[in-house]
Amino acid sequence: MTVESTAARKPRRSSKRVSAAKKPASSEPQLVQLLTPEGERVEHPDYDIDLSPEELRGLYRDMVLTRRFDAEATALQRQGELGLWASLLGQEAAQIGSGRALRDDDYVFPTYREHGVAWCRGVDPTNLLGMFRGVNHGGWDPNSNNFHLYTIVIGSQTLHATGYAMGVAKDGADSAVIAYFGDGASSQGDVAESFTFSAVYNAPVVFFCQNNQWAISEPTERQTRVPLYQRAQGFGFPGVRVDGNDVLACLAVTRSALERARRGEGPTLVEAFTYRMGAHTTSDDPTKYRHDDERQAWEAKDPILRLRTYLENQGLADEAFFTELDKESDVLAKRVREAVRAMPDPDHMAIFDNVYADGHALVDEERAQFAAYQASFADASEEGK
Amino acid sequence: MAVEKMSLAKALNESLRKALDTDPKVLIMGEDVGKLGGVFRITDGLQKDFGEERVIDTPLAESGIVGTAIGLALRGYRPVVEIQFDGFVFPAYDQIVTQLAKMHARALGKIKLPVVVRIPYGGGIGAVEHHSESPEALFAHVAGLKVVSPSNASDGYWMLQQAIQSDDPVIFFEPKRRYWDKGEVDIESIPDPLHAARVARTGTDLTLAAYGPMVKVCLEAAAAAQEEGKSVEVLDLRSMSPIDFDAVQRSVEKTRRLVVVHEAPVFYGSGAEIAARITERCFYHLEAPVLRVGGFHAPYPPARLEEEYLPGLDRVLDAVDRSLAY
Ligand SMILES: Cc1ncc(C[n+]2csc(CCOP(=O)(O)OP(=O)(O)O)c2C)c(N)n1
Repeated sequence: MTVESTAARKPRRSSKRVSAAKKPASSEPQLVQLLTPEGERVEHPDYDIDLSPEELRGLYRDMVLTRRFDAEATALQRQGELGLWASLLGQEAAQIGSGRALRDDDYVFPTYREHGVAWCRGVDPTNLLGMFRGVNHGGWDPNSNNFHLYTIVIGSQTLHATGYAMGVAKDGADSAVIAYFGDGASSQGDVAESFTFSAVYNAPVVFFCQNNQWAISEPTERQTRVPLYQRAQGFGFPGVRVDGNDVLACLAVTRSALERARRGEGPTLVEAFTYRMGAHTTSDDPTKYRHDDERQAWEAKDPILRLRTYLENQGLADEAFFTELDKESDVLAKRVREAVRAMPDPDHMAIFDNVYADGHALVDEERAQFAAYQASFADASEEGK
Repeated sequence: MAVEKMSLAKALNESLRKALDTDPKVLIMGEDVGKLGGVFRITDGLQKDFGEERVIDTPLAESGIVGTAIGLALRGYRPVVEIQFDGFVFPAYDQIVTQLAKMHARALGKIKLPVVVRIPYGGGIGAVEHHSESPEALFAHVAGLKVVSPSNASDGYWMLQQAIQSDDPVIFFEPKRRYWDKGEVDIESIPDPLHAARVARTGTDLTLAAYGPMVKVCLEAAAAAQEEGKSVEVLDLRSMSPIDFDAVQRSVEKTRRLVVVHEAPVFYGSGAEIAARITERCFYHLEAPVLRVGGFHAPYPPARLEEEYLPGLDRVLDAVDRSLAY
């Protein structure tokens, strides 16, 4: 097997010319692509996909609304309504493509940036904002949409996904499980352990790595010497690299990996080769570690634009569709904005809620003490009257 | 009555067998737990009788063991995982602390994490490095976890089943040097609640509070003190999180003196927590400051030195004397 050009790429900071001289992702040999950056439909021998015009418009709509939601959340952070936001800008195709490949009974284990996948699962987007606003540490029932809580400790959730998938197999069910993580997280021991466990137990899990090229300020080269998808080989299961900015390819590749899992053939690693267009989070300043020309090069591969070009060129969507979608985006943004502003601070006593399922004497004691302490202020103000 | 005499190891084995038998969702996972039956044979014969799907030999990856157990629990299973020795739990400590302990609260109570992590712990078996430690305080400090330790066969049998039935994650510390001690197990009795302390010996002059491996040492110390005319009460705490402070308070209000004994280092240990709480609760009853006997703030020593490190009869009796001298 040949090691492709990315592995030999030098760290970007050492030379200004590297990123400009870099070959575009779409020309890399192992990259599965069905829609070029220019919006042209291409064939791939292993990943054929046939979507109706309605389905194609649906994917476009998902990406546009997710991007709008994400932009609104970023704005809300700037306005002080959220403490932090991790933007998915640029990763819409990877998330919507993989998310739309899932069946209702599949289970998703996300990291903290999977707003597009959450969208596909039917999680109300406002639910995602609670933890960024600081009113909870999760805030939704994972079982109501088969979408687990966001996981901050990077890589941890890949093991939960694997264990869950082991349980699915034990139950004799034919659902599949998908675990999302980043190129940085791929260096964590937990990810390696989840590869080991899923391989030896043949667990029906798909590892979906969004290689957005950066782990905060560290480039992928700081995580690996071989293309990430090739890691799977050493664990005994297939790895595939897909154009992460191509929603059709992401859908086709993920669907195929999920079907493989359902057939009892075990895990697959999908590396979605994409790019984080914005900052790591709203606290990050990417100008300190990356050049603008890199971002510009990736802008030409924008996942939304290329699908729009395709839809327009093929006459699959008319002006009314796009206008309608703009309006729908505005409505969504407004709803999100209003919902966040209306989000109440949690009750003081919520500190003690759900620490244990069966209760705990110390929690009960401290809850009572804290309640009495709080009540003493009320009493004092009564007396002051 | 169905009373049988058996070792703690056997009692734990019987307990796991009963749990596997009663609830098809119970799984055993760990390194060498299958064919070998675990390095201490606690899972002996279980894979033979329940199959590889229920008693699972895992890859040698502790974070993986606990992390996948979390996933299985999310899918409705009740995994009981074995960490081979105390010193090897740390690769899994991240999963236990950052994930297992907090997930129920993060999900607003909508999901439950009934995972039991069994850890053979403590010294006294002449082992090499990392095979003799007592890290219980590191777990008891973490909200969301429950931490217990049986000291005898009967508690081994019952507490393990109660831990498995609990919807909360339970860190189950097994005193490895008591594995071979025999005791009576009444497999039909109604057991004490999992987190209730038990008076192991009644007395009137001083209370010794201990758990796990140190209960036996304290009972021996109380017997020796009796010969000198001192009446010492021994409390087996059984649970380090939560701690049954009411039981400790009841005893201290009677005896007015308390010595806490554990193998773990004294510094920041469970004895410190008990001393502080009991001082607060029993300030006007105490005739002496609460004293602590335990390990030093030093790495667990090589086996040839462990007798010096571990609190033995003499160190406990010395503390009893010091307390009574106030
Ligand atoms: C165990 C751990 N170490 C460090 C961090 C801090 N941190 C948060 S995100 C991040 C970078 C992750 O990069 P990557 O996995 O590529 O995902 P991305 O954010 O690019 O989607 C770091 C270092 C963390 N959350 N968890």
